[in-house]
Amino acid sequence: MTRTWSNLFMALMMIILAAPLVVIAGVSLNAEKQLLFPPEGLSLQWYGELLSQPDWRNAIANSLIIAVISAALAVSIAFPLAYFLWRYRVRYGPILYGLGVAPFMLPPVITALGFLIFWANSGLYGSIVTTIISHAIFFTTLPLVTISLGLQAIDRQIIEASTIMGADERTVFRTVVIPLVRPYLVSGYAFAFVLSLNEYIVSYMVSGLTIETLPIKIFNSLRYGYTPVMASVAVFFVLVGFVVYGLIARFGDLPRLLGAWAAREP
Amino acid sequence: MTPQPPRGLRDYVAILYPAFMLGVFFVVPFAIMIAVSFFRRNELTFYEPAFVLSNYARLFTTFFGKSFVFSILLSALVGVLVVIVAFPFTYLLTRLRRRTQVFYLVFILSVLSLSEVIIGFTWSTLLSATAGISNLLVFMGLLDQPQAWTPSLTALVVGLSYLGFPYTVLVLYPALSRLDPELPEASRMLGASPLRTFFLVVIPVMRSSIISALIMVFVFNLGAYVLPQVLGRPEHWTLSVLITDQAIFQSNMPFAAAMAIVLMVLSLMLVAVTLVLGQERSSQR
Repeated sequence: MTRTWSNLFMALMMIILAAPLVVIAGVSLNAEKQLLFPPEGLSLQWYGELLSQPDWRNAIANSLIIAVISAALAVSIAFPLAYFLWRYRVRYGPILYGLGVAPFMLPPVITALGFLIFWANSGLYGSIVTTIISHAIFFTTLPLVTISLGLQAIDRQIIEASTIMGADERTVFRTVVIPLVRPYLVSGYAFAFVLSLNEYIVSYMVSGLTIETLPIKIFNSLRYGYTPVMASVAVFFVLVGFVVYGLIARFGDLPRLLGAWAAREP
Repeated sequence: MTPQPPRGLRDYVAILYPAFMLGVFFVVPFAIMIAVSFFRRNELTFYEPAFVLSNYARLFTTFFGKSFVFSILLSALVGVLVVIVAFPFTYLLTRLRRRTQVFYLVFILSVLSLSEVIIGFTWSTLLSATAGISNLLVFMGLLDQPQAWTPSLTALVVGLSYLGFPYTVLVLYPALSRLDPELPEASRMLGASPLRTFFLVVIPVMRSSIISALIMVFVFNLGAYVLPQVLGRPEHWTLSVLITDQAIFQSNMPFAAAMAIVLMVLSLMLVAVTLVLGQERSSQR
């Protein structure tokens, strides 16, 4: 009896979570330029428009460039930081870690405004480089958390063994540490990539008037009325998330990445 | 190999670059923002160096004071609503088989990553008169005519709850998945019903996690920027919207900075509370 109720509750929550996505997918298939659900007439023309209209294509390109580079930059900041904090014992360790986690923990508008004032002073306001660096800092938190988890999972005895066998620090790093944390590097990159693709407020504040990303483009178009093209973009976002997280789940340990113990700690 | 203090300059090489990046692009912008919040507004160059408190004082005027209080009440309301639903959901989720759990987690992560813009757009469609839930109710004979339910405060609360739910699930997930399964089992063996076990064993044990989650989702919702504009009316604009409005459209950087600093201090104090709670939790072990 109780089990049935729990299953019903879980199912209901999943339906509520999925409902907007289903409606939006349906709307994107309308034949007419209207948001009707259920759709009237089926057509994929709005997806075609997304790929053929220069302003949408431009927004897609901007978003992808920013996400690909800023996620790499975020990992490049997070990895040495996580490694240093794991390898050495320093008193200011928690401060450094907190610095890496803070941009993401605070309401984003605060960080965004800090970036805006900074870039306006530096003269780089409005360039794509600005958005890339801002996103890299803003999303450093994600690879920092995943990589730290990965490093903590390394059995220190393995490191000790390889040192005894004569490996110097660089060899240990290259042949032991890197292979063991690689899945965590990849998933940290993936989290930063997906979130950068979806990020609005920071990109808008630092160069939203010149560099139009997909979320900015959608928000700007909302003022001129809703079209099925927006729905097709939304479907694109949902799919990217699904594919990326599905891949992480397939090749990595998703529950552990999200903080569950895979095995009981000794 | 236990971690040792770094010896010599070579050991510091790894930390130079991250410290440089975070220092230049995170600490410096914050320092400038704090300084600007005390500057005087200037039509020509946006602001000029000064030390005035008028930017902070303006927060106490009726209009901004009101929306400050509104932002806090709205975030608190949504936080409570979301945790009430997300806590049992996450508890049940962690009791599922691993494979099923992974499926749920992929879905929840995908929803979590969705841009606020997309969530605003989908919910305003769902609550609209043309493609929304009201059509379904008309079809089922519960309504005479499709109705538009947005913009309204209810629409905003629904949208914010949708935004906050996956986040809360992931905040609660670590603590709940580490909950010793023997604890509820023991309670069951002693004759308590599953519901009784949930309310009298699981919830009390998880008390500090629940409070942390409440605070986290509260801070998270304070950051909502798009939803109040898409699903709410102008009187529902939250602090985040006003900060952006002041910075971009009114070109009043000092005032925007002052609001941001106040919001940050509030958030930091709350985050500090969750950290203290977390420490209490680990010292109990």
